[in-house]
Amino acid sequence: MAFIEELRKTSHHWIREHYPHEPNTPILEAKNLSAQYETNIALEDISFDLDKGERLAVVGPNGAGKSTLFKIIAGVLQPTSGEVHIYGHEPSGHICIAYVPQRTNVDWNFPVTIADVVMMGRIGKLGLFRNPKASDWEMVNHTLEIVGLSQLAKRQIRQLSGGQQQRMFIARALAQEAELMLMDEPLTGLDTRSQEEIFRIMDQLRNQEVTILISMHDLRLASENFDLVMLLNHKIISMGTPDKVFQPKYLEAAYGSHLALFPTDQGEIAFEDTCCDKGEPYR
Amino acid sequence: MISFLTEPLQYAFMVRGLLAAIFVGIVCAVVGTYVVLRGMAFFGDALSHAILPGIAVGYLVGGGARESLFWWALITAILTSIGIGAISRSTKIKEDTAIGIIFAGAFALGVALISTVRSYTVDLTHFLFGDVLGARPADLWLTFIFGGVILITIFAFYKEFLVLSFDPILASTLRLPANLLDFLLIILIAVAIVVSLQTVGVALMVAMLVTPAATAYLLTRRLPVMMALGATIASVSGIIGLYLSFYLSIASGAAIVLTCTAFFFFVWSVQSIRQRFSSKKTVVPADQG
Repeated sequence: MAFIEELRKTSHHWIREHYPHEPNTPILEAKNLSAQYETNIALEDISFDLDKGERLAVVGPNGAGKSTLFKIIAGVLQPTSGEVHIYGHEPSGHICIAYVPQRTNVDWNFPVTIADVVMMGRIGKLGLFRNPKASDWEMVNHTLEIVGLSQLAKRQIRQLSGGQQQRMFIARALAQEAELMLMDEPLTGLDTRSQEEIFRIMDQLRNQEVTILISMHDLRLASENFDLVMLLNHKIISMGTPDKVFQPKYLEAAYGSHLALFPTDQGEIAFEDTCCDKGEPYR
Repeated sequence: MISFLTEPLQYAFMVRGLLAAIFVGIVCAVVGTYVVLRGMAFFGDALSHAILPGIAVGYLVGGGARESLFWWALITAILTSIGIGAISRSTKIKEDTAIGIIFAGAFALGVALISTVRSYTVDLTHFLFGDVLGARPADLWLTFIFGGVILITIFAFYKEFLVLSFDPILASTLRLPANLLDFLLIILIAVAIVVSLQTVGVALMVAMLVTPAATAYLLTRRLPVMMALGATIASVSGIIGLYLSFYLSIASGAAIVLTCTAFFFFVWSVQSIRQRFSSKKTVVPADQG
């Protein structure tokens, strides 16, 4: 049966038939998602909606299920139960979702240039047996300009800095014409300047109404840069505006003892968990 | 000097051997590019060894005749690659363990079968280490046809294989049929192995898949260039190897593989030395996490 499923996927690709985008439906709808691998519960009863153009920061301790959630939304993993709908249909029919991988999960010695990687985003639109046209290369150059990497287009990917690597993947998601971008810990291990650069690009994307889900560790950056945050630890502990979500009772529920709470003049402020200090590689 | 180069060409078997070695080199290096990039060297080695029982059965059925051995090898290669996939997918056993089990078991079965024939040592040696100078015109045609199909397939699915090898998750979000493409690549490796059997034999096969491609990997930062360079290195090694074999009377398969290996170590040592003297030039991303 797996073979038939594969064939169906293939035919989807060959005739480039996508699921239509239903009007008046949210871009992303997660209903009672649960995921369990062997005996580990990764996610439990996750339900939320996102409208087009909204930007959500998902924060939570290591192993809270952030990557699993993103992969299920992307249609790469199947949930044990529950459903994900993208514009009213299951994700596996959409190519408007881009998953930006964690930098540590990439083979940086692979013999490709920055332009090659960004061009990969066009492949879903190209279809089998078609080569990139001039318009596809224009698209690649344009997205590289947006992220400020035009000068480095012909470099091998190993020669990029961490921030540049992350921007390259954003360019690839743009070349894919993604409407929903899932960014898995894009800020981990970047210096402040590179992080600011990424936020600057994300602000530009706001005009194009790209919907963004981003997972991160730094609560301060999340509350400064996002209107909507989710506190995740297998379950949704709380979701909403940062000042509603980042309250001691929720933070303690999410992080337990890994969290430091500090009193300030504006009330208590919470700091990130201790696992991923700046510059330390994420494992 | 010229007669040094032309003298072997008087012999038809030598010309056929050269043609086979050049073409096999090209096919193996192009397929081998993916073997190297995806870390499938052990799989390739195992698959080539596991073909032996198929050849042995064909050899026994045909009473020692060589004509049908190609087809026996082809069927075995395809069945084995399906088998390895099925075992590693359906049990808790990790893939490399599954490969190890099938690899050694099948190889032993092959040796056992061939050893039932009294004069088995000569034939066994040919299967294990190749006999490119024994290639008949019909063998050459099979090599060209199947090798050609492999090259055409690789080029037709170039961008799909590229995405699948670099970023399987992207392949999945682009809704590429990842399992089918993975399977297709395995079949291509299997056919490439069968095509090259006569040149280097099952025991040395993995060198043709891995060594020229790895040498090219050291030299370039782009995939198409890596394929072209690997193909060039492999076919030049084929030519040099056969001349060495002719003049020094060493086994042809071993001579070709040794030449490939020499190329690799030459490139590797030149690069190591250059890196040591120009360490300033290497770009190390400051904030790589």
